Amino acid sequence: MADRIRVLVAKPGLDGHDRGAKVVASALRDAGMEVVYTGLHQTPEMIVNAAVQEDVDVVALSILSGAHMTMFPRVLELLKKAGADDVVVTGGGIIPADDMEELGKMGVDRLFGPGSDTREIARYITEAVAAKRG
Amino acid sequence: MTDARKRGATVKDAKKAWEEKVSSSAKQRDALFTSVSGEEVDLLYTPEDTADLDYERDLGFPGEFPYTRGVRGNMYRGRLWTMRQFSGFGTPEDSNERNKFLLNHGQTGLSVAFDLPTIMGYDSDHERAEGEVGVCGVAIDSLRDMETLFDGIPLDKVSTSMTINAPAAVLLAMYICVGEKQGVPSEALRGTIQNDLLKEYIAQKTWIFPPEPSMRIITDIMAYCAEHVPQWNTISISGYHIREAGSTALQELAFTLADGFAYVEAGIAAGMDVDEFAPRLSHFFNSHLDFFEEVAKFRAARRIWATDMREKYGAKDPRSWLMRFHTQTAGCSLTAQQPFNNVVRTALEGLAAVMGGTQSLHTNSMDETLALPSEEAVHVALRTQQVIAHESGVPNVIDPLGGSYYVEALTNKMEKGCRDYFDQIDKLGGVIPAIEKGFFQREIARAAFTYQREVEEKKRIIVGVNDYVDEGEEVRIDLLRIGPEVAERQKRVLADVRHDRDDAAVKAALAGLRAAAEGTNNLMPHFVECCRVYATEGEMIGTLRDVFGEYREPPIYW
Repeated sequence: MADRIRVLVAKPGLDGHDRGAKVVASALRDAGMEVVYTGLHQTPEMIVNAAVQEDVDVVALSILSGAHMTMFPRVLELLKKAGADDVVVTGGGIIPADDMEELGKMGVDRLFGPGSDTREIARYITEAVAAKRG
Repeated sequence: MTDARKRGATVKDAKKAWEEKVSSSAKQRDALFTSVSGEEVDLLYTPEDTADLDYERDLGFPGEFPYTRGVRGNMYRGRLWTMRQFSGFGTPEDSNERNKFLLNHGQTGLSVAFDLPTIMGYDSDHERAEGEVGVCGVAIDSLRDMETLFDGIPLDKVSTSMTINAPAAVLLAMYICVGEKQGVPSEALRGTIQNDLLKEYIAQKTWIFPPEPSMRIITDIMAYCAEHVPQWNTISISGYHIREAGSTALQELAFTLADGFAYVEAGIAAGMDVDEFAPRLSHFFNSHLDFFEEVAKFRAARRIWATDMREKYGAKDPRSWLMRFHTQTAGCSLTAQQPFNNVVRTALEGLAAVMGGTQSLHTNSMDETLALPSEEAVHVALRTQQVIAHESGVPNVIDPLGGSYYVEALTNKMEKGCRDYFDQIDKLGGVIPAIEKGFFQREIARAAFTYQREVEEKKRIIVGVNDYVDEGEEVRIDLLRIGPEVAERQKRVLADVRHDRDDAAVKAALAGLRAAAEGTNNLMPHFVECCRVYATEGEMIGTLRDVFGEYREPPIYW
C-alpha cells in the first residue's frame, strides 16, 4: 500500500531503556503502520539520516535519560536542514509537563508520558499524518 | 507412600469435591486470576501441593544448605538488612552532600548512581555527552571527581555500592586510589561494583565492548580483588534491569542465574579455583507487586544457587553456596498518575523483599517516574523501610511464609521453570550465543508487550491509570532539575586536571594499559596506575575501545 504510514522509532542519546520504544514499535506495526526501529545509542545525525533514507512520515523519539531538551531541538534542526520538516516529530519518555510545553513551542508534536495507551498514540499519529498530507 | 503423600492423596479427593461444590454455587468475578507475570494461580492450595516437599532436603534451616529459608542463622535478629538508597546526580559536590544527608538520616550504606557519559566511558567534554552530564547520576571524569565525591566520608567506615558496568574496573580503581589518599588500604575497602555485562546485553543496554573482552575484564577484576580487595563484591549479578525491561518474575530469576553461572564458568576457565572468587559474587533482584510470587522467587533463587554451586561447580566453601542479594522495588510498577499511591506500592514490594530475606534494600521514591527524586520523596522512601524494620514485627521471625502451601508450591514451580529455561539456553550454546541470537531480548520484549496489551484491554487494572482515574488530574510535582552549569563545572575541572597532571606519566600509564589489553596480563593494576596519575575515564576506556572494538546489537522488537 502506497499510503501506509511510515514511522521511525528512534532511541537518541546514551540510555538503554528500550522497553517503551519496542512496545510502541510493536503496537504501531499492529496498527498497520510500517515501522523502522533504529536500535540504541543513536545520535541526532544518525536519526535524521535514517528518516530521510527511509522516507518516513513520522519520527518518534524515546528518551528516558533527561536529555530531551538537547535531543528534540537538534533533530528538528537537522530535519529542517535536510528539507524534511514536514515530518511529524513526536515521542515519549520521562519528560516533565513544562518541558513538553516548551518543546511544543519549538515545533515538536504531541509527546506521551508514562501510562500512555499505545492505541491513543496510534490514533494520534494517524491524525497528525493525515493533517500533514492534507 | 510417606505420610505426607498419603495425606496429599486424601486431600486431593476432598479438594476435588469441594471445588465442584464451590464452582456450582458461587459466581466468579470477571477478572484475570493470574500473577503480575501472567502465571495462572489456583483458587486454593492444600497439602496436596506440597506432598513431595522434603523439609531437610528442600528447605533446611536458615544459614544451612540449601538456604531456602535464609542465608544467615539468626537473620534480621542479628542484623537488619542494609538500607541502601541509590543516589547520585549533578556534580560530585552535589552527590557528596546528598550522601552525607542520607548517612545522617540513618542510612547504612552508600549507593552511587553515575551519569550516562560515565556509564558509557565518555568524558564530560565529549560530544556524545552533550545534554547528559550529571543528569541520570553523578558525573565522574577523573580521580579528582572521585576525591570530591567521597570527601569527608571515611572509606573504612562505609560500604559503597557503585552501579557501574562496562567501566567498572575504572571506577573501582579510582575508589582504591581515594582509599590510598585517606590512608585506607585496599584490603579494608567494602562495597560492590555492578560489573554485570551479560545483563547489559540482555536488558539494560549500556554496553561498550563486545561480550568476549567484557568477560575478560570481569575475570581480571575477580582475580585482582581476590588478592587485593578481598571484601569487595566483584559482580552484582542483576535481575533488576531484566525485570524493568519487561520480563516476568520467572524470566528475571532464570536469566539472572544463567548469567551468574556463566561468570562462574568464566572464572573457572580463567584458571581460578571456584572458592577463590565465588564468595564475592552477589546478586541484585527486583521486587514487584505480586507479593507471593516475589517471595517465592527469592526463596527459589537461594536454593538453585546453592545446589548448583555445590553439585555442578564443585564449590566446597559454604560461602560460595550462599546467595546474598540486594533488592530494589520495581520502578516499572510506579505510575506518573496519582504519585502518592506509589508509596503504598513501594511498601508492599519492600515487605516482599524482607519476607524473601534480602540483605539490602532500596525503596523507590514516589516521584521517580517523572524525574530524579526530590529530597522529600527520598525521605519517605527511607522511612518506609524503617517502618517495616521497626514497627511491623516482620523481621522477628525468619522466612515467615515458609511452609505455606501456596508459597512452597510457587517456589517449586519457579525452580522448575528456571531449570527449563537453563535447558533452552544450553541448547542455544550458552548465555553469550543466546544473546547473539536475540533469545533473551525477544523473550523480554514479548512479555513486555503482552503486559502492556493486558493493561490497555483493562484485563489488568492499574489504579489511577486505567481505572479509578482522577479526571483532569494534572501531574505536577516538585522536580529536581540538572542545569547546564553541571556540564560547565565538569569541563572546567577536566581542563584543570589535564593542566595540572604529569603528561609523561599519563602517557606511560595509558601505554601500559594498552599493552596489557593487547596481551593477557591482568588489566586492574594498569587501571589503578592510570587513575593515580589522573588519566581520565574517557582516555582509559577510549584506549580499550581501540583495542577491543565496540558492540552493536541487532535491533529486535516483538
